[in-house]
Amino acid sequence: MENASSPDRLKVALIGNPNCGKSTLFNVLTGLHQSTANFPGATVDKKTGSVKIEGPSGKTFFVDLLDLPGAYSLNPKSLDEKIAVELLQDKNHVDHPDLTLFIADASNLKRSLYLAAQIIDLKIPVLIALNMMDVVEKRGMEIDDKLLAQRLGVKIVPISARQARGINELKEALVSPAEVKSKDIFPKEILSDKNDAQQTIERYRVITEIITGCLKIKMKKDEEVFSSRTDKILTHKIWGYLIFLIVLLLIFESVFFISSYPMRWIEMLFLFFSKWGALHLPQGELSDLLVNGVLAGLSGVVVFVPQIALLFFFIAMLEDSGYMARVSFIMDKVMRKFGLNGRSVIPLLSGVACAVPAIMSTRTISNWKERLITIMVTPLMSCSARLPVYALLIALVVPAERKLGFFNMQGVVLMAMYLIGFLAAIGSAFAMKYIIKSQERSYFIMELPPYRSPRWNNVMLSIIDRVKVFLFDAGKVIIAISIILWFLASHAPGDKFTQIEKKHQIDSSFTPLSSGRGAGPACRTGRGEVAAEKLEASYAGILGKFIEPAIKPLGFDWKVGIALVTSFAAREVFVGTMSTIYSVGDESNDQSIREKMYSEIDPETKRPRYTFAVGFSLMIFYAFAMQCMSTLAVVYRETKNWRWPVIQFIYMGVLAYVASFVAFHLFK
Amino acid sequence: MKKAKLFPHTLADLTLGECAIIDSFTDKEISIKLLEMGCLPGEMVQVRNIAPFGDPIAISVSGYTLGLRKAEASTVIIKSVTIDSFSKESLAGVK
Repeated sequence: MENASSPDRLKVALIGNPNCGKSTLFNVLTGLHQSTANFPGATVDKKTGSVKIEGPSGKTFFVDLLDLPGAYSLNPKSLDEKIAVELLQDKNHVDHPDLTLFIADASNLKRSLYLAAQIIDLKIPVLIALNMMDVVEKRGMEIDDKLLAQRLGVKIVPISARQARGINELKEALVSPAEVKSKDIFPKEILSDKNDAQQTIERYRVITEIITGCLKIKMKKDEEVFSSRTDKILTHKIWGYLIFLIVLLLIFESVFFISSYPMRWIEMLFLFFSKWGALHLPQGELSDLLVNGVLAGLSGVVVFVPQIALLFFFIAMLEDSGYMARVSFIMDKVMRKFGLNGRSVIPLLSGVACAVPAIMSTRTISNWKERLITIMVTPLMSCSARLPVYALLIALVVPAERKLGFFNMQGVVLMAMYLIGFLAAIGSAFAMKYIIKSQERSYFIMELPPYRSPRWNNVMLSIIDRVKVFLFDAGKVIIAISIILWFLASHAPGDKFTQIEKKHQIDSSFTPLSSGRGAGPACRTGRGEVAAEKLEASYAGILGKFIEPAIKPLGFDWKVGIALVTSFAAREVFVGTMSTIYSVGDESNDQSIREKMYSEIDPETKRPRYTFAVGFSLMIFYAFAMQCMSTLAVVYRETKNWRWPVIQFIYMGVLAYVASFVAFHLFK
Repeated sequence: MKKAKLFPHTLADLTLGECAIIDSFTDKEISIKLLEMGCLPGEMVQVRNIAPFGDPIAISVSGYTLGLRKAEASTVIIKSVTIDSFSKESLAGVK
C-alpha cells in the first residue's frame, strides 16, 4: 500500500484463530530474528520478527512480520480482538500492514474462513496460508485450494508449518503483489436488519456455500481416537489430578536439581573472575566498583538463566502439547468455587515463571471479575525471581538429606514454598470473590486442541525469548541497583571510614590505606573486622538499621533489611544484594555467598545467624510480598486503574508481614 | 444401535458419547460466542468427554473439540439424539 518510500520493505501482519499454528509459522519464517516488545503503551503483547526474501525477479525484500493475537471473529469483544481489528481497519494506524497473512486451519476450514472472509471484506490485501495440510491428508480429506482461492478472490498457499512444507511458496507469494477483492463476500444486504446471532448464522451459510465442492472427504476416519483415549486418562477424576500433581513435582524437582549444576559452574566462573580481578587489577575505586559492584551484580543475574530456561522449557512443552488446555478443563469446576475460571489456571501456572506475562495472559478470561481476581492473586504464585531467593535460603537452612530414599528434603521444601504460594493465591481469590461485586456472567468456552508432540523449535524459541527478556530487561535493573548498592555499602557520611581505620591502626601492623575509603582489594587480609564495621557505618548500613526495628520481629537483621529495601525493585536483587553486602564485608573473595552466610555467627546468641526459623520466615516474606515494580506496572496497564496495584501492594505486604511473623515464632 | 429420545432437551442433558443436532439457542449472549466457534443450528455434535465432577463437558463440533460448562450447554436446544456406536466404543477405549 504506502510502501512507495521503501519498495523493498514490507509490513505483514499474521492473523488467525487460536491454535491455527500461527506461532509455529511465525517461528519457521523468522527463526531467531524475532522479539517480543516489552509492554508498550498498549496492553497487547506485540511480537515482531523479520525475514529476508529473495523476490522472483531477484530483488531482495525485507519483510517485517507482526504476530497479532489469535481471534475467532472481528466482532471485537475481547481486548485482544479489539486491537487486531483496529490495526487492520485503520489504514493510518502506525502498524497497519501492507499485507495481511491469514493463517487458516485447513482441518477446521469453516471456522477459519468465517474470520478470513470478514478480513477480506475489510478491503485490505490478504493472502491465505492454508495450514495443517498434513492433518487434512491424514484425515483422508482433500481441499481444492485453487477453486477456494477463486471463490474467495484472494491467493491461497497450502502449507504445513509443523513440517515446514510450502514455506518457499508462501515466501514467494508474500512478496508478490496481492489483490484486493472488490466485491463483498458477505453482501451488506444479507447482514443488515439482523441481530448478531442471525448475522453469524448468515455468514456461516455463505461460508458453507463457498466450501461446498472445495472440500472432499475421501474416507472417514475417527482420528480423534488417540486424543479421546489420552483425554480419558488425563481428565480422569483421580488420574487426571494425580498426573497433574506429578507433572508439577517433576518440573520443580528438575528445575531445582538439573539447574544446580550449570549454576555451580556459573558461580565458579564468577568467583574465578573476581579473584583474578582482585589480584591483577590496579588498586583503587574503579577496580573495586568493577569487582564488588558490577561483577557481583552480573553473577546474580547470569546464575538465574539455567532455572528460567528449564522452567520455560516445561511450560512451553505443556502448552505446545495441548495439555495446558486439559488442565483448564479439569480445573474449571474447582477454580469456579474460588471465584476463578478454568482459564485462570494458565495465568496462575505461568505466574510460576513470571507474573508479568501471566497477568497479560489473563486477557483470555472474558469475565471481568474473574479476570481481576486472577490478576490480583497471580503475583502470589512463586515466580522464577523468587527461585534464587528460595534456592539460596534452602541451601542455607535445609540439610540435603534424602527422606524415603528418594525425595531430597531441599526439593520437598522448595515444592512446599510453591504450594504455600498457590494456597495463598487460592485463599485470597476466595476472599475476593465475596469482596468484588459484579453483575457480569461467567463463561468457560474454550477449544481443546488435539494432542500434538511439542515443536522443539517453538519450545527453544520461547526459552530464548524469555531468557533474553530477563537478561536484558531485568538484568539492567539488577546491575544498576548493584552499582548503587556498592556505592551505598562502600561510602559513609563524613569521615566515618577514616575514623574506623584510625581506631584499628593501633593494633594493625599494616600501613594505613591511601584513599581512606572503600574496603576493596586494596586491603586484603586481616581486616574483616574493619570491613564489617565500615559496612555498618556506611549508607547502606544506616538504611538497614533504620528499618531493623520493624523487621526484627520477623527475625531479620539490618543486612537482610538492606536486601529487603533493594528487593522492592525486583525480588531477584536479594541474592545480588546479599553477595554485594557480604563481599564488601568480607574481603576474601574465595567463598561463595552461601558459604559466607552459612558461616555467619549471630553476635547475640553465638549460634549461626541463619537458623531454619530465620530462613523460613524470610522465604515466606518473599513468597507473599509484592516486591516487583514491573508487575505493579502491568497490573495498572491491565486494569487501567491505580486502585488495583495499590490494593495489591498493600494486601500482599500485610500478608507477608503477618505470615513471616507467625512463621518465625512458630519455628524459633 | 440408534435410539431416539422423545422429550426435547439441551446439550447439557446428553451423556458421554451421545450425538445430537443443534436446533436453537435460548441465550443470545452465549449463542453468539458458540455460533462464532462453529456451533451452528443443524450441526452435529457429540459429547466426547465430561470433566471430573460432571462439569465442564467437551463436545466435538465441526471437526474439533470444544470445552464448555454445563450452564452454557444448557442454553443449546438439541434434537434427534442418537448414539454413535462406533464412537461410543472408541470413547470407552474398547475397540
